[in-house]
Amino acid sequence: MQQSEQKGAPGAQERAARQRYERGQQRSLIEALKRLVPYLEGLKLRWFFGMLAAIAAGIIALSIPVVLGGLVDDIEAEGAAAAVVWTAFAVVLGLGVLEAIFVFLRRFFVIPPASDAETNMRVSLFERLVGQSAAFHGAWEAGQLQSRAIADLNMLRRFFAFGSLMLLTSSITVLVGIGVMFSWSPTLAALFLCAAVPVIALGPAFRRKFVHYSRSAQDQAGEVATKVEESVHGIRVLKAFGRGDWARSSFKEEAATLRDLEVSKMRTLAKFQMLMVLLPEGVLAACIFTGLYLAGQGDLTAGALAGFFAMAVVLKQPIEGIGMLIGMVFMAKTSIDRHIDVMDVEPDIVSPAEPKTAAEKGLVELEDVHFRYPDAAEDLIRGANLRIEPGETMALVSATGGGTSTLLNLVPRLYDVTSGTVRIDGVDVRDYSLPDLRSRVAVAFEDPTLFSTTVKSNVLLGTSHQRDDDDPAHPSRDRAPSRDQLDEILDEALHTADAEFVRELPESLETRIGEEGLSLSGGQRQRLALSRAIAAKPSVLLLDDPLSALDVRTEERVTARLREVLDGTTTLIIAHRPSTVALADRVAVLHEGRIADVGTHTELLERSAIYSRIMKPTPPESQDLMDAIPADEDQGEAADPAVSANTEVTK
Amino acid sequence: MSERNGRTANVDDAHFTDTAALDLSKITPPRDEDEFAHLRGTSAEEDVTFTKAERKFIRRRSLSLLWRASAGVRGKLLLTAIAVVVSQGAQAATPFIAGGLAIDWGLPRLMDGDSAGLWVPALLYLLCAVTAGVLLYWYTRMTAEASQAMLYKLRDEVFRKTQALSLDFHEDYTSGKVISRQTSDLEALRELLDGGVNQLVQGLMFMLFTTIYIWISDFRSGLVLLAAVVPIIFLGRWYQKNAEVAYRRTRISSARMIVHFVESMTGIRAVQAFRREDARSRQYRKLAKIYRDDMVRSIGLFGVLQPGLMLIGNLAVAAVLLWGGFRVLEGDLGAGLLLGIVLATKRVFQPLDMIAMFYNSLQSATAALEKVSGLLEETPKVRQVKSPQRLEDCAGDIEFTDAEFKYSDDGPVVMKQLDLHIPAGQTVAVVGRTGAGKSTLVKLLARFYDVTSGSLTLDGVELRELSEDDHHRHVAMVTQEAFLFSGSIRENIALSRPEATEDEIIAAAKAVGAHEFIMGLPEGYDTDVNKRGGRISAGQRQLVSFARAFLADPAVLILDEATSSLDLPSEQLVQQGLERLLGNRTALIIAHRLSTVSIADRVLVIDEGQVVEDGSPQELIDAGGYFSKLHSAWSATMGN
Repeated sequence: MQQSEQKGAPGAQERAARQRYERGQQRSLIEALKRLVPYLEGLKLRWFFGMLAAIAAGIIALSIPVVLGGLVDDIEAEGAAAAVVWTAFAVVLGLGVLEAIFVFLRRFFVIPPASDAETNMRVSLFERLVGQSAAFHGAWEAGQLQSRAIADLNMLRRFFAFGSLMLLTSSITVLVGIGVMFSWSPTLAALFLCAAVPVIALGPAFRRKFVHYSRSAQDQAGEVATKVEESVHGIRVLKAFGRGDWARSSFKEEAATLRDLEVSKMRTLAKFQMLMVLLPEGVLAACIFTGLYLAGQGDLTAGALAGFFAMAVVLKQPIEGIGMLIGMVFMAKTSIDRHIDVMDVEPDIVSPAEPKTAAEKGLVELEDVHFRYPDAAEDLIRGANLRIEPGETMALVSATGGGTSTLLNLVPRLYDVTSGTVRIDGVDVRDYSLPDLRSRVAVAFEDPTLFSTTVKSNVLLGTSHQRDDDDPAHPSRDRAPSRDQLDEILDEALHTADAEFVRELPESLETRIGEEGLSLSGGQRQRLALSRAIAAKPSVLLLDDPLSALDVRTEERVTARLREVLDGTTTLIIAHRPSTVALADRVAVLHEGRIADVGTHTELLERSAIYSRIMKPTPPESQDLMDAIPADEDQGEAADPAVSANTEVTK
Repeated sequence: MSERNGRTANVDDAHFTDTAALDLSKITPPRDEDEFAHLRGTSAEEDVTFTKAERKFIRRRSLSLLWRASAGVRGKLLLTAIAVVVSQGAQAATPFIAGGLAIDWGLPRLMDGDSAGLWVPALLYLLCAVTAGVLLYWYTRMTAEASQAMLYKLRDEVFRKTQALSLDFHEDYTSGKVISRQTSDLEALRELLDGGVNQLVQGLMFMLFTTIYIWISDFRSGLVLLAAVVPIIFLGRWYQKNAEVAYRRTRISSARMIVHFVESMTGIRAVQAFRREDARSRQYRKLAKIYRDDMVRSIGLFGVLQPGLMLIGNLAVAAVLLWGGFRVLEGDLGAGLLLGIVLATKRVFQPLDMIAMFYNSLQSATAALEKVSGLLEETPKVRQVKSPQRLEDCAGDIEFTDAEFKYSDDGPVVMKQLDLHIPAGQTVAVVGRTGAGKSTLVKLLARFYDVTSGSLTLDGVELRELSEDDHHRHVAMVTQEAFLFSGSIRENIALSRPEATEDEIIAAAKAVGAHEFIMGLPEGYDTDVNKRGGRISAGQRQLVSFARAFLADPAVLILDEATSSLDLPSEQLVQQGLERLLGNRTALIIAHRLSTVSIADRVLVIDEGQVVEDGSPQELIDAGGYFSKLHSAWSATMGN
């Protein structure tokens, strides 16, 4: 029944999901609703009017039969004239028109503000999510976020615009109806009320069960979305190995779980609805028995008995409807819980309250930097020290998986150091405002993430291009270039990265590149990502193995141009091979989480055994050599600092 | 993974798995005979207005999909409808039992001392109540089961179709769109399926019975009802026409919103590093606002339809009263009967509300089905022929004859007239400038695409005619993107051969030098790679990806720039493993590293979609062409 129990040892994500589930179970409906108050600002008054309109429409609907009865009696009366018929016609017509108007008004009042509330929640969710750190996004599945942003909020809109009103009007109708019943016969009305006792008694059990299924189903919908997302992003791998069927069967498993949960949810609701029909109707059968008996005894008039049952008929629909509406309340509550889950996570990487700033030179310093991934057992970076002078180009080298990319992410605060400091121009990166910091630093990532927009927009991502003037990240330090300057920047960036192939595309720079630029080759994407970093004109440029997918001649060209452009820009470049290192003035070797050595390529080849192993490995001739190559130095058993070659360099 | 497959086999009901009938591309006529060719598939997905004939075509396609999806649950749906009718009948009877039977029949008998007058009505009432209640439970459940079964089937088919579609489709059609088809579009359908049938049947039954009663009682009032049908039809048509467009807009704007959302979250590092949070949020706000407006507009249409119908109904009531009133005055009609008829007229229009709601969900669902059916109508460019050839054992002999390739009929020729024979067991390095067409060559072999003319054979079997299973068994490709799926490292390696044993998986990892780093991870092979392999470095991902290829153990191995993120020691390990692996296999290696090329028996230089140099590495170096220059450049950087 509960997914996580089936899947054996729960992973971190499942544990977190379980915790969220439980927090939701503990939160009361009122508490959940209270959390929505900020979004309901514009809704309250109009919702109130909407409710009035709904009640008015309900009263008219109830009164029309009564009025009709009276009117027909009048027509029947002796000596009635045509005028009576006309009057009756006018009254019925008037009420009929009013009923339609009130029904119209109910929607008119409620729909727009409910939709506004939905939109506000959606946008707030998005704003919160783009402000969340990379660590947050690593822990959340994309599908879970997406289902919260769309399906859950649609649910809430329906609840506010429809469910909540109907529930209130139905409840009011039922209460008034029962009051009227009391006026006909207190005994029968009291008997009728007995039907409520089992409903109230069974209510909590139903609620628990229904909320469980509703929450699980909504969570599962997110899992399904995640599978879809993954299967599309990984389509090339699936196709290369012909594993579409495998992906499909694992998707089907999730989809089947969703199906089963939804069916279980509806089954639970159906049971409750059955209760909502069976109980009142069953009690009414007893009322017939009792009523007839009382009438037979002469304790009740036939008219009162008829009146009592006429009201019972009127109440039939609202009572039945309440079952469904209560289900809706709980689904809405689940949606609120799921919304809160995300909104309650405070972003861990934010601008400080009183940001500092400094004149832009491009001095980068790492001081005793430690870093550990949130659920990892030990530090990946274990006290790195490094100083990169303004304008200097420093290559960062380590064995595969040595933590170089991680170290790079610490500079623009995509992750925060666990301890120690990263400073730019003498100021701790955590003391800058994020826009300030990130406008000083530009990164070309190892996997070049491109967006499905034009080539131009992709390359100019870090500039003022397509940014509103009041965008807080808009360059404020007199750096907003004009349109012509932007074009120049674009040309220069494309030229430097040898990405001029884009001009050959069908619509040149205005060509929309597919999702993640998948229609381009790896090398092409990489060059666009490189030109994007260059176009941002940062004082600190971080390049994560930017030339890896380039062929050797392109690499040569790009290298030569980069050398010119990088002049004056502080650059940290992750390199896996000598050709990339060639760009750098000096090389830093990251080994076992520390900077083991810094020097020129030639110096290091001479004095650093680690560096030589990485950059000039002896071609392995036999199987034995495999053991000699340190493939897991960084992640292996805890390194003994005394043993490791730890030549910390801080100039 | 085997455990997962085991569980999948248990997923119930055989008919759930049969989705072939939902593959609309199979019933698409040939393009030149197809007057709606421009609407086929997803091509008209962003269009909002269509001509009458086009609308009809699209509507028919959507409804046909709905009909096909209902296969297997139609009996259930019919039973549901019957249960609804009986349950409603039982519910409708209760007022008569309470009123007529109890008071008019029971009470006089009771007064006469006949106790039957007491318990007959009470028991009958109870019987009706139990019938109504139990059936309500039963049909609510049945509806949910039927609707979920249909959705499951549609989800599965949409998934299957997206997997089957060729890469060029995916390059345009973003993952966000697929997600939006799978989530919000199917959600719209669910709303219809969950409530629709009940509403419709309930409403129609009720209207039918009441109308018959009115006609029998007084045909003149029946004529008034008939007259009311005219404005209802007009209103209905007005609504349909507008709602169709409005709901179509909401599907489009909802998909755009989802695409933006998914892309922003997937690319969050780039968004943050380039300070696009605000710009992206603004853009999202814009899209959400458009969606909101479209949504409010479509709901607003219903907000006119519903009171409109009510107004027509109430006008009819007033008209019946007016006409009947005068006839009562003239003595042609009994006053009691008039009251009965007027009340019935009021009631006859009540279910219109429900039917309107059904109609509303139908409009919304049709708009969603338009998009889903369009996707299901897409034809994969690469697909298996009807009776594919089997190839039990494969040596790995590859032959291109006059092979040409272009992405689209009117597009440029990407690969020109290629004649190339790669004998079994040869290791071929493919080099050339970025974008020269190296990838195209190997993608044809991996059947990401099919040659547009000429032939490409594997062991003499035309690749297009080879069964997919055999093709995948014999040809494996390591792509540029080393994508990791959520799950453990073990599952990710075993992707290429789910039945592989633990030992085989570890052996594959060891062979490419991935074992050490995997053992260094917190839970070794069981480590969850987390979302999109964020924790695992690019180089490590490539190693896992290589391990996959090793495990696949294919006759033909294709490496598409698969070593780019590896450092030299790792690359050497891979290289070393590769040499052992390649022993008797055919291999095509796209590489820009000398080290990789050095293990090749033969080098092909590709430029502008043509093989411009072909020979052993030494021959080409001696010939002094492109490769020779490349070689000196490599030597220079290596020697640096």
